[in-house]
Amino acid sequence: MFRYFLKRAGAAVPTLFIIVTLTFFLIRIAPGGPFDREQSLPPDIMANLQSAYGLDQPLWAQYARYLGALAHGDFGPSFKYKDFSVTELIGQGFPVTLELGAIALGLALGLGILIGTLAALRHNRAADYVTMALAVSGIAVPSFVVLPLLALLFGIRLHWLPVAGWEPGSIRYLVLPVIALALPPLAYIARLTRGSLLEVLRSHYIRTAIAKGLPLHIVILRHALRPALVPVAGYLAPAVASIMTGSLVVETIAGLPGVGRYLVQGALNRDYTLVMGMVILYSTVLIGMGLIVDLLYAWLDPRIRFER
Amino acid sequence: MSGALWRERVRRLRANPGAVVALGIIGLLVATALVGPWFSPNDIETLDWSHVAAQPGMAHAHWFGTDRLGRDLFVRTLEGARVSLAVGLVASAVSLSLGLCYGAISGYVGGRTDQLMMRLIEILSGLPLIFFVIFLTVIFGRSAYLLFFAIGAVGWLTMARIVRGQTLSVRRQEFIEAAVASGASTARIIFRHIVPNVIGSVIVYGTLTVPQIVLFESFLSFLGLGVQEPHASLGTLIAEGAGEMEAAPWILFVPGAFLAALLLCLNIFGDGLRDAFDAKER
Repeated sequence: MFRYFLKRAGAAVPTLFIIVTLTFFLIRIAPGGPFDREQSLPPDIMANLQSAYGLDQPLWAQYARYLGALAHGDFGPSFKYKDFSVTELIGQGFPVTLELGAIALGLALGLGILIGTLAALRHNRAADYVTMALAVSGIAVPSFVVLPLLALLFGIRLHWLPVAGWEPGSIRYLVLPVIALALPPLAYIARLTRGSLLEVLRSHYIRTAIAKGLPLHIVILRHALRPALVPVAGYLAPAVASIMTGSLVVETIAGLPGVGRYLVQGALNRDYTLVMGMVILYSTVLIGMGLIVDLLYAWLDPRIRFER
Repeated sequence: MSGALWRERVRRLRANPGAVVALGIIGLLVATALVGPWFSPNDIETLDWSHVAAQPGMAHAHWFGTDRLGRDLFVRTLEGARVSLAVGLVASAVSLSLGLCYGAISGYVGGRTDQLMMRLIEILSGLPLIFFVIFLTVIFGRSAYLLFFAIGAVGWLTMARIVRGQTLSVRRQEFIEAAVASGASTARIIFRHIVPNVIGSVIVYGTLTVPQIVLFESFLSFLGLGVQEPHASLGTLIAEGAGEMEAAPWILFVPGAFLAALLLCLNIFGDGLRDAFDAKER
């Protein structure tokens, strides 16, 4: 299995390369450049800037130079945030985004599986209907509507939590954004867990386990839940993608100093290197998640083999 | 495509009270968005300086209140809903037709072509497509056509997979063999015989695509990448409202509630439709 893992990790390299190449040329075809201002700069200053950042060279030479620097782990200087390298900008912002996203994912998984399991055990009773109705609303209502409403209720009306802002080490500022981010994947995971657990509970080995007198919680925890979580594992990568895209807006609304704002702003400012850095960062996280999912499959269902 | 099968599906759908109520509410919301603005004395652009950020109520002509510039929220929300619905429908149609053609061809032709086409789908779904949509909208300006196409281009991968699976099972049936024997061309078989037989699951999945796309469009508009002033979609209005939340929460609440209700009902109806078509899910 370790060899399979290495093979998959190796296959991720060309994928990343394709992403880097596509993004590099896509963003450069865009009209406008990083130094366009309301008032255009004097031509000689413009020429100086262009040559300082290597923008006067042909596109393929810039591409080769960027790849060369990238191979040494250098993401280049930011065009917009003078005096900062892309590595520094991402290094400052990413811990915040990571903390936000990781807590949201953990919450979505933990609570989602718990709620889904409870709903499956109360199948076709009131508790089942109520939780599943709530789950549909969780999927349907977007985080950029939920977060302002939460802030309105808990921040402005009740004064329990800060409306927006950030203080290093303080968890209070993360509570509302985490809830808003976690809600859609949480609801989806609850539905997935319920559906697949219902199917597993109908199988013969579960009937055997109950028949030989095992308590219900042992049957669920030791026998039923593990195979029932296979579809949930399959949803992990989309869940991470949904949390990452959600954090683009949630960080802005909540005023968190994460990396979310860099992607859209970077693209609008034609901050080529920053956008490239963000795309590489996000793609690596997504591809890494795919690898973790493969390993999880093997652990959850040992019948899944890796011959392919 | 026998009539009995369809009658059975309709019966199952009508036996699902959630789906029926959801369909009713969708109809009501769409009808309000289409004809509602005619019944209001206000229009989208007029600025009413005597009622700036006015609260909702019957005391003045602005039933749902006004925004920071004194524009009527009732009319603006309904106009925004029209735009959101139009984007949702057109982009869903784009993604459905793409997925339908791709999946049917891949499934029917089979062999190496099929392998190659499915491999491409696998690679594409590994890419963070949402970022490319963001780039496309940034790069090529905010044309509405591009928005339709870019959003539709994201949704077609799953559709293509579903259609391919359905095509594989339809392909083995005798009437396809008969069509081949009578000398019909590959294109004719795909579009006259395969496509009509897989259209059921396409419609079902399409119903679930619409809310996803409406959501995605409002997400882009919220980021300022979607529909541009003077037009507004529900996402643009929500973005405006989120900024005015402390002083005038209804500017957020009116379009937010409309969007939430619409998405909720579309999802419930889509789920109901899927259950009615796919009896083994029960």
